[in-house]
Amino acid sequence: MTTAEKYVTAAYLVVLAVVLAYVVIYAFKLSRLEREVAELAELARRRMETAPEQEPAREEVAG
Amino acid sequence: MNYLADVSTLAGKDLRLELRSRDTVPAMLLFVVATLVVFNFSLPAGASQEAAYGLLWAALVFTAILGLTRAFAAEREQRVLDGLVLAPCDRSAIWLGKAIAVVAFLVLAEVVALPAFALFFEPVSWELVAAVALADLGFAGVGTLLAAMAAASRARELLLPLLFLPLVIPIVVGGVGASIADDPGRYLGFLALYDLIFAILSWASFEYVVTE
Amino acid sequence: MSTSLLNSRAVALAAAAAGLLLLGLVLAFYWVPNAPIEGFRQRIFYIHVPIALTAYACFFWGAWKALRLLWTRDQRYDLESYTAVHMGVIFGVLTLVTGSIWAKTSWGVWWTWSERQLVLFLVLFLFYSAYFMLRYSVDPGPRRANMSAVYALFGVVLIPVSFLAIRLAEGLIHPVVFDRDIGSNLAGSQLLTFVVCLAGMLALAGSLYVNELTGKRIDARLAELREALS
Repeated sequence: MTTAEKYVTAAYLVVLAVVLAYVVIYAFKLSRLEREVAELAELARRRMETAPEQEPAREEVAG
Repeated sequence: MNYLADVSTLAGKDLRLELRSRDTVPAMLLFVVATLVVFNFSLPAGASQEAAYGLLWAALVFTAILGLTRAFAAEREQRVLDGLVLAPCDRSAIWLGKAIAVVAFLVLAEVVALPAFALFFEPVSWELVAAVALADLGFAGVGTLLAAMAAASRARELLLPLLFLPLVIPIVVGGVGASIADDPGRYLGFLALYDLIFAILSWASFEYVVTE
Repeated sequence: MSTSLLNSRAVALAAAAAGLLLLGLVLAFYWVPNAPIEGFRQRIFYIHVPIALTAYACFFWGAWKALRLLWTRDQRYDLESYTAVHMGVIFGVLTLVTGSIWAKTSWGVWWTWSERQLVLFLVLFLFYSAYFMLRYSVDPGPRRANMSAVYALFGVVLIPVSFLAIRLAEGLIHPVVFDRDIGSNLAGSQLLTFVVCLAGMLALAGSLYVNELTGKRIDARLAELREALS
């Protein structure tokens, strides 16, 4: 490979590297989002379980 | 004309405050002269005369930052800016009043800086003075807006130089050009164009910077 | 704001980007002939200039969204403007890197102040990096959105003003002028390759933009949900 070819390829490879780095960073972000959704789903489930006991009290306050 | 009355009231307030407290302009004066002295030591022996002009403009930029950092300091400390924003005046009048005061501070500092430069380094031509005057308008115009942004942030004094420096690169080009080029008129014209564009933009958008 | 509409656009943009860029790469490496004077290394042109133009497009898109924010006070434009500026900075850095490599192979130096586009991108990089400093040091809310929008608008005004300044500066400061035989007379095959690569880059930027925007919107909604549940 001539020097010119090496530089040209390097330029294209840099672009590829940055795009791939973006993909990796995005993978991390998605896994974080998954974790958060799981946490919130847990929170919601717990809320729904305790809700029936609280409902009579809430109706009194609302009425 | 209520608008102009507001502007002169606001500018007058800043000027009177400075007259009483005397903290910003003396600091700027001392800073610019000290910087020029530092430049004597940082310029190598065979440096061209043009290098000196370049350093003058660098000194002016940093002196402007110093002055602008103080621009909204008083307001912050006394939360006057919130009060001003609630006042029944056009918010852009705040910008104009403040910018006028900043120009005044810069001019006062340069009245000392330019003779000092002429004494220490190179002669100061009328084109240079004109360029400095135009540059002051540019510094004050964008600087006042950016200082208001920085005042609302947590980083404050750290943020203003970061916001300011890229925006004033054209002013430095215009100023240095007017100082050393054979046809300074082109660079003075460019400075005037910069001032016009960014003054209009700052005037129109200041309202959004200080309100929700 | 629903994310499903964004999803179909996301797929379309990603597919377009992949197809166009692949085609562009093939054209740039296999089909288009060597440039007469520069030779093989002129092929960097097909990736460097599309990236630069895409960066400009991102900054203008960000400024447009910023203008919409200030005009309508609708907060969703804040995320759109922010994401566009982010894309612009990524492509801007790529412009600087590919431009630097091109300078090295053309003239033997990694940097030169006489290459106007490079200098302009350096100034813009500084400017838009400060954009992120601004956002990080102000608490989230309409105030931050307004300030970011105003700053983004200053950015696009700065682009032509800086370019003019850099041209004027050439008269004074940098006697060394490197010249390059670019874009003025593009042969048919070169033009086609260039256009394909440009379209591909724009599609790539659009695709990344939509993905990132969706991610940020999901972040915001999760925060709302968390508020509501606790």
